[in-house]
Amino acid sequence: MPILESRVDRDTLSIEFTAEFDAPIERVWALWEDPRQLELWWGPPGWPATFTRHELTVGGESRYHMTGPEGEVSAAWFRMTKVDPPTVIEFDDGFAGDDGEPDLSQPIIRGRVSLEAVSANRTRMLTTVSFDSLDDFDTIAGMGMHEGMSAAMGQIDGILLAG
Amino acid sequence: MVVEIAPRDTLTEAEIDAIFQALADATRRDIVARVLVREQSVSTLAASYAMSFAAVQKHVAVLERAGIITKARRGREQIVHGNARTIESARGLLERYEELWRHRIARIDDLLSTEGDRHAHS
Repeated sequence: MPILESRVDRDTLSIEFTAEFDAPIERVWALWEDPRQLELWWGPPGWPATFTRHELTVGGESRYHMTGPEGEVSAAWFRMTKVDPPTVIEFDDGFAGDDGEPDLSQPIIRGRVSLEAVSANRTRMLTTVSFDSLDDFDTIAGMGMHEGMSAAMGQIDGILLAG
Repeated sequence: MVVEIAPRDTLTEAEIDAIFQALADATRRDIVARVLVREQSVSTLAASYAMSFAAVQKHVAVLERAGIITKARRGREQIVHGNARTIESARGLLERYEELWRHRIARIDDLLSTEGDRHAHS
């Protein structure tokens, strides 16, 4: 397995992965830079991603959607906040409305990718994703799940605090 | 952005659905809040709500099926305990997001190693 380490931090609501791939750093960078390559791996199982716009430059934006097994479509976007080829990408990842444009009432996930050449043919990729608030996280986790979940999760926090 | 991956460890998709369906009702959430603080009999609980004993018992049964509470007979009473562990597991949704990234990294690795093989054979 290429994953060396993963860490879930409940306090900062972040998830951090360290992975290593047997490929040169430029090759791994291309997986992020080229939308045709990015869509080969970005979508969750059963939800292939299609990128209709992808600008890997500071302030650049992406528009993409994922298509589910029943043909349902989930649209989303990126906005690059830092791009330093071939080592660093920082981006915001959020949901889009029916028109495919960002729906800013929805939570945003902050992503950071950093690549490091371990050797000529081996690259370490450190990925961090974080959520701004537990509410945001609940909303995201609740996508595709039972409707009452978000409310229920909020309630669970209250229960655990009270307990 | 779609998190539809089965969690790795304790809960199945069906179990998670049962938990959230159970907690989607205000009365049931209130029952959970009470019994997590202190165990209570079904009759004590029933006395706290403006509904029939049978209705409260039904809510308790839904929570029990979801594993959120457990019920034990003590003499003539049925005592309800909160199961904090199940609720904690439901919070493991952060791990579900982690699972999505595991999938992505495995896909990247597949893509790169397929290429590596092709180069090795060419």
